[in-house]
Amino acid sequence: MSTLSFLLQKEFKQIFRNRSILGMIIAMPIIQLLVMPLAADFEIKNINVSIVDHDHSTYSRELTNKIAASAYFKINDYSGSFDASYEEFQTDHSDLILEIPQNFEKLLVIENEASLFLAVNAINGTKATVGSAYLSRIISGFNGNIREEWIVPAKMHKAPTIDIASKNWFNPFLNYPFFMVPGILVALVTMVGVYMCSLNIVKEKEVGTIEQINVTPIKKHLFILGKLIPFWVIGLFVFTLGLLGVAQIAYGIVVEGNLILLYAFLSLFLIAVLGIGLLISTYSETQQQAMSLAFFLIMIFILMSGLFTPVDSMPQWAQWMAKLNPVTYFIEVMRMIVLKGSGFEDLKSHFLAMTGFALLFNSWAILNYRKTT
Amino acid sequence: MADVILSKVLKTYNNPEVVAVNEVSFSVDHGELFGLIGPDGAGKTSLFRILTTLLVPEGGSATVNGFDVVKDYKQIRERVGYMPGKFSLYQDLTVKENLEFFATVFNTSIEANYDLIEDIYVQIEPFKNRRAGNLSGGMKQKLALCCALIHRPKVLFLDEPTTGVDTVSRKEFWHMLKRLKLQGITILVSTPYMDEAMLCERIALIQNGRILSINTPENIIADYPGQLYAIRSDKMSKLLKDLRAIENVSSCHAFGDFHHIKLHENHQVAQLNLVQMLNHLGHTDLELQPTSPTIEDCFIHLMH
Repeated sequence: MSTLSFLLQKEFKQIFRNRSILGMIIAMPIIQLLVMPLAADFEIKNINVSIVDHDHSTYSRELTNKIAASAYFKINDYSGSFDASYEEFQTDHSDLILEIPQNFEKLLVIENEASLFLAVNAINGTKATVGSAYLSRIISGFNGNIREEWIVPAKMHKAPTIDIASKNWFNPFLNYPFFMVPGILVALVTMVGVYMCSLNIVKEKEVGTIEQINVTPIKKHLFILGKLIPFWVIGLFVFTLGLLGVAQIAYGIVVEGNLILLYAFLSLFLIAVLGIGLLISTYSETQQQAMSLAFFLIMIFILMSGLFTPVDSMPQWAQWMAKLNPVTYFIEVMRMIVLKGSGFEDLKSHFLAMTGFALLFNSWAILNYRKTT
Repeated sequence: MADVILSKVLKTYNNPEVVAVNEVSFSVDHGELFGLIGPDGAGKTSLFRILTTLLVPEGGSATVNGFDVVKDYKQIRERVGYMPGKFSLYQDLTVKENLEFFATVFNTSIEANYDLIEDIYVQIEPFKNRRAGNLSGGMKQKLALCCALIHRPKVLFLDEPTTGVDTVSRKEFWHMLKRLKLQGITILVSTPYMDEAMLCERIALIQNGRILSINTPENIIADYPGQLYAIRSDKMSKLLKDLRAIENVSSCHAFGDFHHIKLHENHQVAQLNLVQMLNHLGHTDLELQPTSPTIEDCFIHLMH
């Protein structure tokens, strides 16, 4: 046991002497959590609309005002020619063109039917889909209003309309940081575990100190524990700083569920992630190799974890890949415990899966790590 | 009693055509200062890595201090000290911390073995709170030696300890080795420098993974066949070319300010003929004299 404590002492001494690592541990969670959630905001606002009005009628103006009044749209230009607006479209100044044809009002009144033309700039896919959906909703709302207007004077009966009231559970104001911050925190902890752990071990290989260690009677498992424990502690620290520091103070996110349950899962997750770091280090000879390999894996882990895009809307094969990704589970658990307040009963399968990952990665790494070659 | 015994040790790398250690057999006696002399890539480091249990040999067997390098690697690791050719201590720990670390790893303390390292440690003690990465080359080497000795090893393996170290520090280093030998530690040292071979008790000349000769340096020199001559003129590089073209010259290589040559016929007339021939080829200030061979000459002779 004294050997282990000595190995740990040495490891911490080295970590605390390395200013860039120390800076990473403290600054990274604070800066990333302050900056990223604000940028990674999926709420689409400021959609620029060009309106081409050939009609210049009461209805066409009413529709324009309705669009302008919505918080999502900004009227970029209002003109009488499609070509002028198309120019705006080409230069990316506007995202949508709504063309109101001549006799729009007339046709609507006489023929009970009129058409509108909507052109969508699909360079930014999300903006295009969301923007045209919002605009269609406004148009159909406008349509409904007109119909009511026509019916009400008849004073027969009130038009049958369905009014939908929705309530957002667990995040009532659809606050994006509430959704993103716990997820980004998981990404951070993953990076700390994988990068720091693998680079640290590979550095010993590169400098040659591992050779010097290997000719000593230090036992393999003690050496590995001496490497994993410090980064496990650092992972816990970074997480705590992010959750109870940044998330609570800057975003007002309070953990709904049980903190002990959350930390229990975090501990398990860190073991799995450190196992990945260890595994990478056994396959790399230089820090450059380890960095490339770790970067590749982390990109996949994070993009396929449901952090940015929901796993359910991925194709079937990608959903399977997400199932083999430990980050997916922790992001789910984070959101479930932090926002929803789920208990152990709801998370049993997650705990089971994470235990599996921890065992798999660590035993694979240990088998691959040989003191003698 | 032999402390290190190798018998037909074989090691190849990936490609079976690269034979790093080719059926090497020799033994080193207890308390001996044994040198492995050979150029870069001769297989010295592979041999050391096998003996320190870092590499597993593909064939043959080896024992260190009576323990098999494959089966009893655990016992060997407690009994040997290894100083790799590349400085491999923690650069971000101080001199004292490095030493303490390696002492603790072997379940001992600096105090318990201080007498063994005292001579060396006093030289680096003024810098004990400096990080190892900031030490000069000679200091790093002394620290590495201290760390390899701190657990009082039975056998000490030093892989090219003097490569990249200045002449004065090299001399000092060999003095330290002589003193360690007096403590009864068996020392295996490798070096590409032929002049250091004379400082060992016995040496093995190694080339391309094969042992060329094992003996005391004196005997290796005594075994050198024939008479060696040193020759020089005002045009040394032309001289080397011209000598190689002369029939009576059996071998010829550059050696410092002179070229060392061997002749098929050594008598006075043959020597005069040679000088005349070279004069004829435009060489002036010719100097030809018999000389005694060095380890380097023996090595070159054995290589061919």
